[in-house]
Amino acid sequence: MNAPLNMNRRALLKATLVGGAVLAFDARFAFAQAPGEKAIIINAYIRVNPDNSFVIGSKNPEVGQGVITMLPMLIAEELDVDWTQVTAETTIADEKVYGFQVAGGSFTTPMNYMPMRQIGAAARQMFIKAAAARWGVPEDTLTTSGGRVSQTSGSTTAKRSVTYAELAAEAAKIAAPDLKTVPLKDPATFKIIGQSKIGVDTPAIVAGKPLFGIDVKKPGMLHAAIEACPAYGGTLTSFDADAVKALPGIIAVVPLNSGYNPKGPHDAVAIVAESWWVANQARSALKPVWNTEAQKRFSSAAFKASAEAKMAAAPEGSVHKAGDAAKALASAAKTVTARYDYPYIAHATLEPQNCTAHFENGKIEFWAPTQLPADGRKVVSEALGIAPDAITIHMTRIGGGFGRRLMNDYMVQVAQIAKALPGRPIKLIWTRTDDLRHDFFRPGGWHDLKAGLDGEGKLVALADHFITYGKDSKPDTGAAMTATEFPAPMLSDVDLSVSYVESNVPTGYLRAPSSNALAFVFQSFLDEVALAAGTDLPELMRRTLGEARVMKHGNRPGMDGSVPEFNTGRARAVIDKVCQMAGWTGRSGGDAGNGVRKGRGFGFYYSHRGYFAEVVDVTVAKNGKVSVDKVWVAGDVGRQIINPINALHQAQGSVIDGLGQILSGQKIEIRDGAANRTNFHDYPLPRIGDAPADVVVEWVVSDNDTTGLGEPALPPVIPAIANAIFAATGKRIRSLPVVPAELAV
Amino acid sequence: MATELMVNGEKRQVETDPQKPLLWVLREDLDMLGTKFGCGMALCGACTVMIDGQAVRSCTTPVATAAGKQITTIEHVASTPVGKAVSEAWTELDVPQCGYCQAGQIVSATALLAKTPKPTDQQIDSAMSGNICRCATYLRIRKAIKQAAGLEEGAAA
Repeated sequence: MNAPLNMNRRALLKATLVGGAVLAFDARFAFAQAPGEKAIIINAYIRVNPDNSFVIGSKNPEVGQGVITMLPMLIAEELDVDWTQVTAETTIADEKVYGFQVAGGSFTTPMNYMPMRQIGAAARQMFIKAAAARWGVPEDTLTTSGGRVSQTSGSTTAKRSVTYAELAAEAAKIAAPDLKTVPLKDPATFKIIGQSKIGVDTPAIVAGKPLFGIDVKKPGMLHAAIEACPAYGGTLTSFDADAVKALPGIIAVVPLNSGYNPKGPHDAVAIVAESWWVANQARSALKPVWNTEAQKRFSSAAFKASAEAKMAAAPEGSVHKAGDAAKALASAAKTVTARYDYPYIAHATLEPQNCTAHFENGKIEFWAPTQLPADGRKVVSEALGIAPDAITIHMTRIGGGFGRRLMNDYMVQVAQIAKALPGRPIKLIWTRTDDLRHDFFRPGGWHDLKAGLDGEGKLVALADHFITYGKDSKPDTGAAMTATEFPAPMLSDVDLSVSYVESNVPTGYLRAPSSNALAFVFQSFLDEVALAAGTDLPELMRRTLGEARVMKHGNRPGMDGSVPEFNTGRARAVIDKVCQMAGWTGRSGGDAGNGVRKGRGFGFYYSHRGYFAEVVDVTVAKNGKVSVDKVWVAGDVGRQIINPINALHQAQGSVIDGLGQILSGQKIEIRDGAANRTNFHDYPLPRIGDAPADVVVEWVVSDNDTTGLGEPALPPVIPAIANAIFAATGKRIRSLPVVPAELAV
Repeated sequence: MATELMVNGEKRQVETDPQKPLLWVLREDLDMLGTKFGCGMALCGACTVMIDGQAVRSCTTPVATAAGKQITTIEHVASTPVGKAVSEAWTELDVPQCGYCQAGQIVSATALLAKTPKPTDQQIDSAMSGNICRCATYLRIRKAIKQAAGLEEGAAA
C-alpha cells in the first residue's frame, strides 16, 4: 500500500492552472514510492532513485494511444535526464492532484504538452537551486544534463558536478518555481521530444507480463460473471439463486442494477465464485426472467420505418440555418440530392469489460481499466452512497478503449457486488457476448441531403435533414451534429435540420465520435457534388475552402472548454500534400478485366484539432469483395510530432480501424430492445488479410499548437474508400457497412 | 480431478474440472496471466498457445485434452531461437499498441516460423488470420515476422 509521505519529504506547491487543467504539485498520496524503495519524491510526477534513475508518472489512462511513453517524454525532456534513466508509471487517479485524467477526445497532447514540460522544467530548477545552495554559487553558473547539475562557469575554477539523486533530499524541500514562468527549452535543443521511443510497456507486453485490468490479482480475490437483461432498461422478475448456489464453487448470487444506463435502470445478476470459469458456467442454471415489455417496441426495423416517416415530414429542430437554402437550391444551376445512413456499431475492445474492486469499512478500492476515472468515482459514489474520497482508483493498462471505457458501468456493477461481499476483492469479467450486447454504441443516423451548384461549379447551398436517435428534441449521447459540420460554415445559404427517433439503446462515444459517421456522409456526398460540378473532390474542396483563413469551429467545445478553430489553409495544405504523395490526377478507376474493378478515392476531415486528407486505392473483386490496396495519409497536428514512431502507428491503426467500419460488416441490429450480435463471427473486425500493403503517412508540420493523434486520422478513410468504390464500380455507397453482394458482377 | 500438464517444460498438477478450458487453467490455476481471454470461441486468437508446436486456441481446449502434451505459452515462447527472434522483432518494431492481443500474435508467429522459416506474404496472412488486433497493428505484424525470418521487407515470394 502507498504510505503517506512525511511532510518534509515533499514539495508542496500551489495548485496551478495551466492549459485549462488544474495541476496540483503535491505528491502526498498520488505518486508514492513502492514498499522498500528508497526513492525521493520531488513532485507528483517525479521520483528519484538512489542510482540516479527516475520514475516519471503518466497521469492519463493508457489504452494503446501511447501516453505512458509520451507524457514522461515531455517531463524527462525538460527535467534534462536521459531517456535510458527513466522508468514510466501510470499515476493513481486523483483529479485533485492531477486535474483532468482521461483517455479520450485526443485531449492528452493538447492539454498536457506544455504543462508536463513545465513540471519537468520546474523540477530541474529545484535541482539547480539545491546545487547552488550546496555550493554557494549563483544559479546561472550551473547547467544540467543527463540528470546531473554541473558548474561550468563562475568564480570557482574547479569544474564540479553532482547527480540529481545526490541532490534529491535537498531539492525536494525547495519550493517549486511558478509553472507559468519557468524557463523551457528551445525546441531546437530537444533530445527526447521528436525522437522515436518504443512503448515503455512493450518489453513487458512481449514477455506476457500481467499489465491489464483483467490480469489484476489480489489476495483472497473472488471472481464474478454477470447476466444482464438483454433488452436495455429491462427489469429482473425472478431467477433461480438456489440452483446456482447448489453448484460447486459458487459463493454468492447478487442481483444488481447497473445504475449507469442513462436511459434508466438496467438489471443484472452477478454470480460470484472462486473461479471466473465456474461462475460463468453457472449462468446456465440461473434462469432469469426479465420484464422487457416496455422494450419490445424497439427494433432496427421500427427505427428505420420511423426515420423514413420523419424524413418525409417537417424537421423537428434546427442545427444551423443561414440565408435561405430553399431559395438558393431552387435557383441553383444544378442540384444534387442523396440519402445516407449508417448503423449502430460497437467498440469491441479486445479486452472485454472487467474491473476489480475491494469494499471494506465503507471504503472501496478499484483496479480499473477506465478511460475516465473521475466519472467512475462520481457514478460509484452515487450508486453506493459513499463519499467520492472514500473511493480509490488505480488505473490499469487497458486492452483497447475506443471510447467504450469512458462509460464506467462495469465499475458500478463490481462496486455493488463488492459491497455485497465486503472484505473480499472481486474481479468482474464480461464475456464477449456480454460486451457486444451491453455496449454504449456509436449511434446510427440518416441524412437527407440537397446541394446546389452555381454556373461555375461552385457549391452555393446545402440542406440536410438529419434523423438521429433522441427524444424530446434531445439527441442521445454522441448522436448530435453541430452547426460547423463541413461544408456548412463555408456557405451563405444552408439549412441543417434534425428530427429524432426514440430508442432504448444506450449510446456513447466511439473513436472520433460523430466524425466517423459524418465524414462518411458529407465527404461521400461532396464527391457526388464534385461529379456534378465536373471535377474531383480535392478540387471541389479547394473551391469550397477558398482563401486561407481561420474560422471558429463553432459550438463544439472540447472537454477542456476551449473551442477549436478551423484553418482553411491547413486543410488545403494536407489536401495538396496527399494529392502529391499519391500522384492524384483526378478521378480514376474502372474495369480492370475479368470482373475485377479498381478505383481511387479521396477524403478529408477535420476533427480533434487534426487536419487529415487521405487517398485510397481499392480493388473490387468479381464477387464484390473490396480490398484496400494502399492508403496515403497527410496530417497536420501542429508544430511538434512528439514520438514519431507512435504517431505513425496511431495514424496507421486509425486508418485500418476505419476500413473495418465500412468493409468488415460491422452493424449492430436491435430486436425486442436487445442488441443481437454475439461474437466476432457476427460482428467482424478487420483481420490481417484485410490490411492494405501499406499506409503511407506524412506530416505537414505547421506553426500551430501540438495536438492529439488517437482519433483524427480515422474519419477520412471511410469516405475515401466509399469514393474509391464508386470510382471502381460506378456504385455509390450510401449506407454502411458495404454489402459485397451488391457490388458483384 | 487431477490433470498432469507439461507447461513450458515443467510438470504441473492441477485439480480441476477436466472440461475447464486450458486458458482458464493457465490464468486461474497456474497463475500465468500472459495468455488472454478475448472471445471464448476460438475467433480472436488472444488465447493462442502452442501444443506440441501447433498454435492452438486455449479458450476452447478442455484441459484434459492437453494432458501429457507440451504446452508453450507467451511467458516461455522466447526460450527457443525462433521465439526469441520473433519477440525481439516485436519489441524493435514496437508492434503493440494496446498490447492485449500480442501474446497470441507472438505465439502464432512463432508457430508459423518454426514450421515455415521463410514464409511468403500469403503464408503470413494465412497463418495470422485467426488473430485479431483491434488496434490494427497488422502492418507491423507482417514486418516483424519477416524481420524475425531474416526476410527483407517485400522480398518474400
